[in-house]
Amino acid sequence: MNLLAVNLPIVVLLPFVGAIFAALASKINRLAAAWTSGAVTLLALAFLSPAVSLPFAGETLVQSWAWMESAGLFFAFRLDGLALLFALLILVIGLLVILYARYYLAAKDCMGRFFAYLLMFMGSMLGIVLSENILQLVIFWELTSITSFLLISYWQHRKDARQGARMALAITGAGGLALLGGVLLLGHIVGSYQLSDVLAAGDLVRTHDLYLPTLGLILLGVFTKSAQFPFHFWLPHAMAAPTPVSAYLHSATMVKAGIFLLARFFPVLSGTPEWSWLVGGAGLLTLLIGAYTALFKHDLKGLLAYSTISHLGLITLLFGFGTQLAAVAAIFHIINHATFKASLFMVAGIIDHETGTRDMRKLNGLIKYMPHTAALAIIASLAMAGVPLLNGFLSKEMFFAEAVTASQANAYAWLIPVLVTLAGIFSVAYSLRFIHDVFFNGEPVGLTRTPHEPPRFMKIPVDLLVILCLAVGILPIYTVAPILDVAVTGTLQTTPPQYSLAIWHGFTLPLLMSLLALSLGVAVYYKRAWFFTTYRRYFQRINAKRYFNRLFKQLTRVAVAITRRFDKGSLQHAAVWVIAASVVIGTAGFMQFSSPLFGERPLMAADPVTLVVGVILMIASLLTVALHRRRLISLIIIGVVGLIIALGFVKFSAPDLALTQLSVEVVTIILLLLALYFLPQASPKEIGRRRLWRDALIALLSGIGVTLLTMMVLTREFDPISSYFIENSVPGGGGTNVVNVILVDFRGFDTLGEIVVLALAGLGVFALLQGMKLPAPQHDLQGRVWSLDAHPTIMQTLTRLLLPLMLLVAVYIFLRGHNLPGGGFIAGLIASVALIVQYLANGIAWTQQRLKIDMHWSIGFGLLIAISTGLVAMLLGYPFLTSAFTHLHWPIVGEFEVASAIAFDLGVFLVVVGATVMSLVQLGKLSTASHKADHPTSQQKESV
Amino acid sequence: MEWLIALMIGVMTASGVFLTLRARTFPVVLGLTLLAYAVNVFLFAMGRLNIGVPAVIEAERLAYTDPLPQALVLTAIVIAFGMTAFLIVLSLKARSELGNDHVDGLHLAQDEESLHATLPPRQADPKRHADHPFEQTDALIASTTTQPIQGERQQ
Repeated sequence: MNLLAVNLPIVVLLPFVGAIFAALASKINRLAAAWTSGAVTLLALAFLSPAVSLPFAGETLVQSWAWMESAGLFFAFRLDGLALLFALLILVIGLLVILYARYYLAAKDCMGRFFAYLLMFMGSMLGIVLSENILQLVIFWELTSITSFLLISYWQHRKDARQGARMALAITGAGGLALLGGVLLLGHIVGSYQLSDVLAAGDLVRTHDLYLPTLGLILLGVFTKSAQFPFHFWLPHAMAAPTPVSAYLHSATMVKAGIFLLARFFPVLSGTPEWSWLVGGAGLLTLLIGAYTALFKHDLKGLLAYSTISHLGLITLLFGFGTQLAAVAAIFHIINHATFKASLFMVAGIIDHETGTRDMRKLNGLIKYMPHTAALAIIASLAMAGVPLLNGFLSKEMFFAEAVTASQANAYAWLIPVLVTLAGIFSVAYSLRFIHDVFFNGEPVGLTRTPHEPPRFMKIPVDLLVILCLAVGILPIYTVAPILDVAVTGTLQTTPPQYSLAIWHGFTLPLLMSLLALSLGVAVYYKRAWFFTTYRRYFQRINAKRYFNRLFKQLTRVAVAITRRFDKGSLQHAAVWVIAASVVIGTAGFMQFSSPLFGERPLMAADPVTLVVGVILMIASLLTVALHRRRLISLIIIGVVGLIIALGFVKFSAPDLALTQLSVEVVTIILLLLALYFLPQASPKEIGRRRLWRDALIALLSGIGVTLLTMMVLTREFDPISSYFIENSVPGGGGTNVVNVILVDFRGFDTLGEIVVLALAGLGVFALLQGMKLPAPQHDLQGRVWSLDAHPTIMQTLTRLLLPLMLLVAVYIFLRGHNLPGGGFIAGLIASVALIVQYLANGIAWTQQRLKIDMHWSIGFGLLIAISTGLVAMLLGYPFLTSAFTHLHWPIVGEFEVASAIAFDLGVFLVVVGATVMSLVQLGKLSTASHKADHPTSQQKESV
Repeated sequence: MEWLIALMIGVMTASGVFLTLRARTFPVVLGLTLLAYAVNVFLFAMGRLNIGVPAVIEAERLAYTDPLPQALVLTAIVIAFGMTAFLIVLSLKARSELGNDHVDGLHLAQDEESLHATLPPRQADPKRHADHPFEQTDALIASTTTQPIQGERQQ
């Protein structure tokens, strides 16, 4: 098999599978989880490697399988330059983070959980960047939100971790919802959810009426994920995560997912004023706020978090400029930021690990204790500040150049280079603080232990990243140029514009801005006391977490208030809402039809007998209601209703239904009688008159509604599909009783489902009754003691005689079912009645001694037989539950027809008998048990 | 005839709905049973009313009633039984766990009082006033062990 046809889904799914192994491996050995994760990542890289050369050759690799074609959803993957760049970033930095985390996590931390989450995150992230289908992209997008939630809250015992995780989930989750809306709109405009089609439809999208809502929704997703103003505040709180997570998710990969989306949709959505204002505006504000705030954070990771926000703003602003060169700069800065920021986070983690604190007021002069780490941190910080010969300088230079270009746009655009330089100044200042405050500036304050260098392998990932910073900074052409070029091609979907990666461009305006930023940045850091005072006085009070929590609380309160209005924890209340709503909605629905209420179909004349019987039914229904508080009486009256319905089925050509209804009626009433024994014999009077009237009104309206609905149908002609069943019953199903043939043959699958439900109900009854203890009442409401004469002798004798007869009837009804009214359901019910009568008349203990069949087996075998008849048909190459029949000639009996459906019907029979008898006998046992508890004498009597 | 059937369905629905909205489990089960009857007859009536033409194939007959609604209703009847069985046992479970038969699992102290007030008087039995059925059982077990009451039973 050609690997290039399937390797991308393997790359994406491998980490998910690996997560399971990582979790399991940690049970064997703590460190095995780390090695498993590393191996999985390497394996994913190996699967990716055969395809790496394709984007360089200008090809886009697409691997697509239909998933839900009608919804436009494909299981589809794509590898172009942009996807390749991100996939490599995710996998390579992922590998370094795994190595780092293996040393970072303490002995008491659960390794398996951490690495399983991390791998799942890696898979989700790869899914985003490698998706060809944009709906599938949204699925992976949501998965990153969830896995990031799990990773942030990894230290579950810490309150800040839980709160930070919840905040991140709430914000990125809301953004994900908006993104889904945007993507749906985009697919609607384009007519396809495949990225190839979407990328080719830029002009169509930009001129479409729905462009603005589409853009807005997609940008909401982007801004929340990439921590752009005003959604930036979740990122600093997400720093409660373990540092490897911060390095991986919150600087190198996940927060770049939003940026990735900007790049992905750059050819489709960019180039309009709306794009420039929204994307550029958010980017510029985020850049400034992040750079300014970062300077004042005493927490190492807090400083890095705000710095990350500021750099994300920078990249967003570059995309906002909308030019091709700006896109080049943006992609370049993505690479650079990922390298220097990941290494800085790792350094912060090392310092935390070795000193036990991240507070820069305590950390001073660490260069003496950890010179190697200090050197790495200083180089990475300088790259962050944009010092020449480091990678940050190159992309920042390009950024300044683009800002200068953008200043021509309108009368106020000259502000852009000024503000951008301002942000540059602060970014130099906070980088300087990271270096000076931590590694110089006197001696450490109040540390509990003497810091020293971390284990060698913990530094190796940082070493590699810092070497990369230097290599790219000094020799850009030989290091980053090819991948940058192919990534830009993938982003723009055309050949990239001319750009230069040279370090020296001569004395230009951007260089002046860089110098200005560097020198003024040093000055700001020198004068930091004044800046700290102003920050404390004016800005420190602004705490986004407080606003967020308040908003969250209010939203919750509104949600709870709305829910409380409908759900008061009361079934009655809920039932009123459901029934009243269906009455109102049903009425409203029928109001819209203009056609007359009733049709033209001629009505049948009512004969007097039917009329009288029908009126008796109505009276019985109403009496059930009127006397419902006297439960025994109402139960007897409801039996009248059921029996009249059975008569009605006889009258209106439904013998099968009549037989079923009759036997079910018997079983139901016995069941309810048994249960009633344990319930209060009467209901208390209700005090609320208003509630009674309200319920009566709802009931009346429902009754009128249903009556009218029935009449509307019955007065109209119809064209049933049943002629098919009637015509094919004999030739196709081999039976003349069409109802039974439908049940066991035409719609056999439905019937299978229904007997499964019945089996579950029977087993559910059994399970519920296990170990239930209910006190038996001593006497009825009138104070009469319950009769202890449990088993009248005449009835005992009669039922024993009747049993074989009744079973014979059941067999007869079963066998003739295919051709005459009867069948498995009815025969099963008749057999159940026959058995239940034995239990009732002779007692459970007596009957069980003689009838040693466990009803569980009956249910199980019934289902097994029913399913295997279907499977046999499948084995013979027919669809599930196809039946066959033949005519056999039996001696004496004569011509006899055998249909395979009779085996299915046997399954139905067994399930019905099993479920019915089990329900009743279990309930009966309960009363026997309570009798025994109450009446020691009756126990003796029964054992006789 | 159609009006009669429609009215029957309507009355059963109305009665069923009213009982379903009651506060005690037993009337609710009865109400749901009535509703199930109404739904079954309604479904059955969708095949229109036909007299004397059951859907059993005979050589010399041309007219047959619609067998499809019948097949649907047949299983619906059996399933309604399964549901009733499950519900009633669920209500027993609720009574055994919560000590009352209110649909919301509430134990209202005035229950027994209101029974007194509205139903015919019965023999005074202090044991019935215990708040919880378990306490009742305990009391009963205690009474059977301390004072033999078989004599009363055998009368």
